[in-house]
Amino acid sequence: MSSLLELEELNVWFDLPRGGTLHAVQGVSLTLDRGERLGLVGESGSGKSTTVLGLLGLLPPTATLSGRVLLNGVDILAGGEETVRPHRWVDLAIVFQGAMNALNPVQTVSSQIVEALELHGLATGRQAKARVGELLESVGIPRDRGDRFPHEFSGGMRQRAAIAMALACNPSVLVADEPTTALDVMVQAQILELLDALCRDFGLALLLVTHDLPVVAQLCDRAGVMYAGEIVEQGPVEELFHDPRHPYTRLLFAATPDLYGEGVPVSIPGTPPRLDRTLAGCPFQTRCDRSFSRCKDERPLLREVAAGRSAACHLNDVPAEVA
Amino acid sequence: MSSNGLLAVEDLVVHYAVPRGLVGTVARRPQKLVRAVDGVSFSVGRGELLALVGESGCGKTTTAQTVLRLLDPVAGRISFDGEDITTLPNSALRPLRRRMQIIYQDPYESLDPRLTVKSTVEEPLLIHRSGSKRERAELVRDALARVELTPPDLFLERFPHELSGGQRQRVAIAASIVLGPDLLVADEPVSMLDVSVRAGVLRLLDSLREAGLGILMITHDLSTAARFADRIAVMYLGRIVEEGPAEAVVRDPQHPYTKALLSVVPRRDPRERSRAQILTGEAPDAIRIPRGCRFHPRCPVAIADCREVDPALERHGAAPGHRAACILAG
Repeated sequence: MSSLLELEELNVWFDLPRGGTLHAVQGVSLTLDRGERLGLVGESGSGKSTTVLGLLGLLPPTATLSGRVLLNGVDILAGGEETVRPHRWVDLAIVFQGAMNALNPVQTVSSQIVEALELHGLATGRQAKARVGELLESVGIPRDRGDRFPHEFSGGMRQRAAIAMALACNPSVLVADEPTTALDVMVQAQILELLDALCRDFGLALLLVTHDLPVVAQLCDRAGVMYAGEIVEQGPVEELFHDPRHPYTRLLFAATPDLYGEGVPVSIPGTPPRLDRTLAGCPFQTRCDRSFSRCKDERPLLREVAAGRSAACHLNDVPAEVA
Repeated sequence: MSSNGLLAVEDLVVHYAVPRGLVGTVARRPQKLVRAVDGVSFSVGRGELLALVGESGCGKTTTAQTVLRLLDPVAGRISFDGEDITTLPNSALRPLRRRMQIIYQDPYESLDPRLTVKSTVEEPLLIHRSGSKRERAELVRDALARVELTPPDLFLERFPHELSGGQRQRVAIAASIVLGPDLLVADEPVSMLDVSVRAGVLRLLDSLREAGLGILMITHDLSTAARFADRIAVMYLGRIVEEGPAEAVVRDPQHPYTKALLSVVPRRDPRERSRAQILTGEAPDAIRIPRGCRFHPRCPVAIADCREVDPALERHGAAPGHRAACILAG
């Protein structure tokens, strides 16, 4: 049986204004099953947001895309906008980082969601109103509050409203791009709890894109770690933390402060490589504490290193006793 | 209060007036006040890093700006190195300003894009008319070396757009330490930076602290405070509700707000999924501060007395210097 959502070898190139191209996403493959919570973590410029825009068919015209995005086994990008549009919001819904600020300020929250329902021909009039009430309640907003304007809501409430709107068409996948980044820790906890409940209660699959490793560790079942446009490691979050198979994953965890952790976090020296030129060898080699001669010449490919786990690092070929 | 107090703040109060608008003014509606800082006391010693933590709107940034006399307090006392600076006029503050410096959150905005690294770091020296040209050049080099932008010659003529986020923040820090200050206020110094470079900037602040600087760090990130601060002060709605040694505040919190806040901090280890004690709603605004304990409407353990008694920050917990403002603590 095929997965709910499958990305196969997704590549995205951007044309640069002064000529040349930037290879922002480099052969990203991932799968998402029904009700599963998958994290996509990476630092700025790692390609995680571009991956998401790519799979939703929302890239600007300066971008070129290759690869396939399969929804229930059907390639939704095959026919461009024509074939994606019927699925966007209907099957694949999105909550962006600034979503709470994307609400129309001169329209009540309810009427904006009604509009979305009518636009997709899902409900009209009284029926739509009733559905909006349900949606608001499912995200923890009292029904009657829908008659208010966005500015009468706090940041957390607006983010809930944005999630309610994303759920309007009953999607099977919710893509959330940094959904809690601008929020305070208590409100973040409320939103994470909500996302958790939505996955559990409605079997919604979640693709959570964030730079925040601990958020993924708390909420997701599996995660892909992105670096320089590619996924360098993928697996269950517990195993990524306790037994990382790529040095970047290990160093990223070591750079992240933990409330009760021992010792002081250590930063990763250097900067990511430029993506507007072809890379020789491993993109992480200049910052890696374990690189060896092979890393300079040969680019490691993402391959299975254990059941349900993959990593792109030559160290996985070295017998344990030698390493 | 520590005896080597470099900065001592007592009962600080800062209000903002809410604009009434034309109608409100004509109708003589009562002036509404935002009680942003509502009776805050703390101290920062030499070689000490105090983290002021809290959610947005709790008054932490206002506190920091008032301490530097960038805002004027309504009441309270600020002493810097034993001198009361609460009402010092600007002319008298000027010589003190070089001894108290600030680093801002966003190194993409705090640096002038048209100035080279050299000019940026040299500017404070020029403003304070410090040293000859040669001496200034030496001080700039020295500051760059201290923030680990080495060799300095490699960076002197660069512009901000040629630097990474971490390098920019290091330049901002170099400009703030070039005058040899005693106190550094760091307002969310790493929140705009990538995780992989944050630790480096925080370690740099730590080395400056070790060299004797007093640092007041404003942050919303409890994990960072736990790992880098000597002491932590937790603010809620204009007050410090708990304050003490970082280890004690994190491992043995006394105030229900601190406990709740700590319980929702995501952990690195997926096996340590927190039993989050999620408070409902958000902090009320500082115009209508609840009577009694200001936290009681959201407090999971509040009793009837909490509606009446406004608790003072008092000694609680086992660690010396650990205080909390809760009638139920201890």
